[in-house]
Amino acid sequence: MTVDRETVVVTGLGATTPLGGDVASTWAAMLAGRSGVRRLTDPWAEQLPVRIAASAAADPAEIVGRVQARRMDRCEQFALVASREAWADAGAPELDPDRLGVAVTSGIGGIGSTLAGYDTLKEKGWRHISPYTVPMLMPNGSAGWISMELGAHAGAHSLVSACASGAEAIGYGIDMIRYGRADVVVAGGTEAAIMALNIAAFAVMRAMSTRNDEPERASRPFDKARDGFVLGEGAGMLVLESLSHARRRGARVYAVAAGAGYSSDAYHIAHPAPGGAGVAAAIGRALADARVDPEQVVHVNAHATSTPEGDPLEAQALVKALGSAADGVIVSSTKSMTGHLLGGAGAIESVAAILALRDLVAPPTINLEELDDDVPVDVAREPRPLAKRGVNGSKPIAVLNNAFGFGGHNVSLVFTAA
Amino acid sequence: MTEQEILAGLGEIVEEIAGVPADEVTPNKSFVDDLDIDSLSMVEIAVAAQDKFGVEIPDDQLKDLTTVQDVVNYVAKNAEGSA
Repeated sequence: MTVDRETVVVTGLGATTPLGGDVASTWAAMLAGRSGVRRLTDPWAEQLPVRIAASAAADPAEIVGRVQARRMDRCEQFALVASREAWADAGAPELDPDRLGVAVTSGIGGIGSTLAGYDTLKEKGWRHISPYTVPMLMPNGSAGWISMELGAHAGAHSLVSACASGAEAIGYGIDMIRYGRADVVVAGGTEAAIMALNIAAFAVMRAMSTRNDEPERASRPFDKARDGFVLGEGAGMLVLESLSHARRRGARVYAVAAGAGYSSDAYHIAHPAPGGAGVAAAIGRALADARVDPEQVVHVNAHATSTPEGDPLEAQALVKALGSAADGVIVSSTKSMTGHLLGGAGAIESVAAILALRDLVAPPTINLEELDDDVPVDVAREPRPLAKRGVNGSKPIAVLNNAFGFGGHNVSLVFTAA
Repeated sequence: MTEQEILAGLGEIVEEIAGVPADEVTPNKSFVDDLDIDSLSMVEIAVAAQDKFGVEIPDDQLKDLTTVQDVVNYVAKNAEGSA
């Protein structure tokens, strides 16, 4: 039985990434195929096997101001910057504060503040750590700050699912509107984890690229020579809104946030289940939730992080979930340019997927020189035009964004043309 | 250390931690009501004052120091003995 429910649309976008301090500069850099990966020059990087990362293009502390920055972790600063942009982009809607919600999260939270606070504790004693240490390290800090910034009283939420967190937050935001808890929700993810401990921790898992001499070529999803992911940082943010509310105020609509699908591998805490069954299930559930046929899908912004294990598995899961309709889909991994933003990934990649839908262009997957034999999908190496219509022409075209996280979390989001 | 020196030093601390311009940190101002400084930032200010003036402000004293002048007096009084 199909029941009536609120249609949720996207009316605002925000981003601060390794490619640019806002959505426009990030998207332009993506279409130009620019890499945001650089050599790390910090002294702490010298002892590590990984000495490259994709640092944010704009310093968020300068934007939020020195005093405010003292009280906010860098990931919270990114989130605030991106949410301000998204809010302004949506036309700063005026609404009842009890109808405005926040669903913003992070994969790790304020790890930089945790590490710095511990250093201070050891060096100077407990009285010298910042009284803001707890709100800086908690992963829900960003949601709290944004709720204060916007005066949002419908609820501020932070689901955590490692690298799927940002996408999961968007899914939760969709639910808040569908359940009638809010008319507008600011939803997204953020991360600021380019620090010695985090890099060492991923490196010791052998999850990261060690292509230190060629930073810009290190992140190469789906390529035969890929050797791991590159860590990025930043935030992505959407303004989600019920279609009825958006219509009442005459808002510009980017896309329909049509649905979300989830699954859990229940297999291994850090390895994906073989065969990609969990990923395929999440994609299938997302399409069912969105009431979208596989033939409507024209583009996927893949999770593909450039690890040997994950990329082919996702590609195979796409074929499993979409069947023969996978032939008509153009796949991109923008992580080839931004690196992997962990809890921010699903959010900035949703921004990219929505802009791909708007501009009818799939961004390139740079560094893809030789497609892995185990990748049975069409991956864009250059910007590629997207069909205005899917195979069954009367229905709107759809794009997907996938995000998966340690813990076995799989999330797939569906956006359709407005 | 004169009261003027303490006041100037306190102004620098408040500007650094709370972003209130040092010249607005005048004796009659209340930290909470006039300078809009919350209890968490007061903790930071007290620790910074300890570092700067060498005078520890215990928590049970801090809650009674509501104005700028209160802190200046406390620092002046307790710095004398140790000077």
